[in-house]
Amino acid sequence: MEYRTVFHKKLQEIQDDVTRMGGLVGDAIQSSVDALTGQDLDLANRIVEGDKRINQLRFDIEEKCVQLIATQQPIASDLRNLVAVLNIITEMERIGDYAVGIGKITVMIGHEPPLKPLVDIPRMAVQTVDMLRRSLDAFIAGDADSAQRITLEDDIVDDLYEKVFKELLGIMMKDGETVTRATRLIWVAHDLERSADRVTNICERVVFVVTGKMEEI
Amino acid sequence: MDERTSPGQKDFTIGTEGVSLYYGAFRALRDVTLEIQPRSITAIIGPSGCGKSTLLRLFNRMNDLIPGVRVEGKVLVDGASVYDRDTDVVALRKRVGMVFQKPNLFPSSVRDNLVVGPRQHGLKNEAQLSEIVERSLRQVALWDEVKDQLKRPAQSLSVGQQQRLCIARTLTVEPEVILMDESCSALDPESTLRIEELMHDLARTYTILTVTHNMEQAARVSDMSAFLMMDEDRAGTLVEYAPTGEIFSNPKDKRTEAYITGRFG
Repeated sequence: MEYRTVFHKKLQEIQDDVTRMGGLVGDAIQSSVDALTGQDLDLANRIVEGDKRINQLRFDIEEKCVQLIATQQPIASDLRNLVAVLNIITEMERIGDYAVGIGKITVMIGHEPPLKPLVDIPRMAVQTVDMLRRSLDAFIAGDADSAQRITLEDDIVDDLYEKVFKELLGIMMKDGETVTRATRLIWVAHDLERSADRVTNICERVVFVVTGKMEEI
Repeated sequence: MDERTSPGQKDFTIGTEGVSLYYGAFRALRDVTLEIQPRSITAIIGPSGCGKSTLLRLFNRMNDLIPGVRVEGKVLVDGASVYDRDTDVVALRKRVGMVFQKPNLFPSSVRDNLVVGPRQHGLKNEAQLSEIVERSLRQVALWDEVKDQLKRPAQSLSVGQQQRLCIARTLTVEPEVILMDESCSALDPESTLRIEELMHDLARTYTILTVTHNMEQAARVSDMSAFLMMDEDRAGTLVEYAPTGEIFSNPKDKRTEAYITGRFG
């Protein structure tokens, strides 16, 4: 017999909110790079504006967690779950900020002629958003193995970052006129690289929920 | 916070307005105004002697049994003032059921305990009485455990089962409000959680007011919490009344904070 149905229903609601926030953050990252490649300043501005919603959702979820901890005395995996949520939403909120950063860079350089067709930066975005989505699936499913595997994919994003960095450095060395635009694109790549790192942190939290072990992966 | 726990959603029909209660010259409650949310669970918490049970017993006039009791102000149940001179107290106690600290079953069978209320209110048809027995036992999730032993002495059940039977007995007369005075304090942890589950189910239909010393239970089980404490004249006053999530995560009054964090009381 299940004795704490009310508590577990509320925990489920919080998990649903986390998934929803993940969807918004993933969309923000993807859209920010779409805006950059398509030089779509309107879309870039909408991403900057839309971050308020993500921030609010983060505070709403945090408030729910605090109230649930205060009223339901969660223990064991329930407690780890809520602690993980508090960490995961912080990581996601920062990924949302990276999307804002990319949006602002698009606004800054979007009216200038593109340096080159962007290939690897969109790849980084697709990879990062996919990792984020699967990390949250692993969280909801309590799947530590999947979470561990996702962390390995951070290397793909790191390698792409290295590639983009070297390529843009080469462009800058050839033509001093490109320095400003190329530097900003490096920032974009760096934002995406950091986003993937934060997904890795989310995966560490998933492992913590399932195994109780806190470790850097 | 879901709708049924948001204050001000429904007309104020259950609660108190400026209620003071005296035992002789001693004022036990001072100027308590409390608007109870229908179909929700309200926990009344506070240190010993602050008037929690006294406040609870206003709603079915159980305090009347104590000599020298005097009530000022208004106590409303379903919009009617229960201390009006023409109030039918028997009818009031049908609408406002009560479950006590310890099971207080009659020394008779499970079934007899459940039919006594409806019979007292005039129901004689055995088939209808049997329906009520089954329905009320199902409502407290006891039917499967006792359906083949309805003639068994009620007092031979486990204490947890007896307490659920007491709740079932309250439900047989179809009340609107259920008062629970420390109703889990005599129970083991498992039985306590079963009653808490049951309270959540019942709160879809009934308005529940519960008094408890168990802070964790008040936090877990209730939608709204009322914190009472004694003032300098030792009269119980309402310090804070708010959604339970707020009371237990961010109380507005320092005295509430001090009490729930165990710094006094």
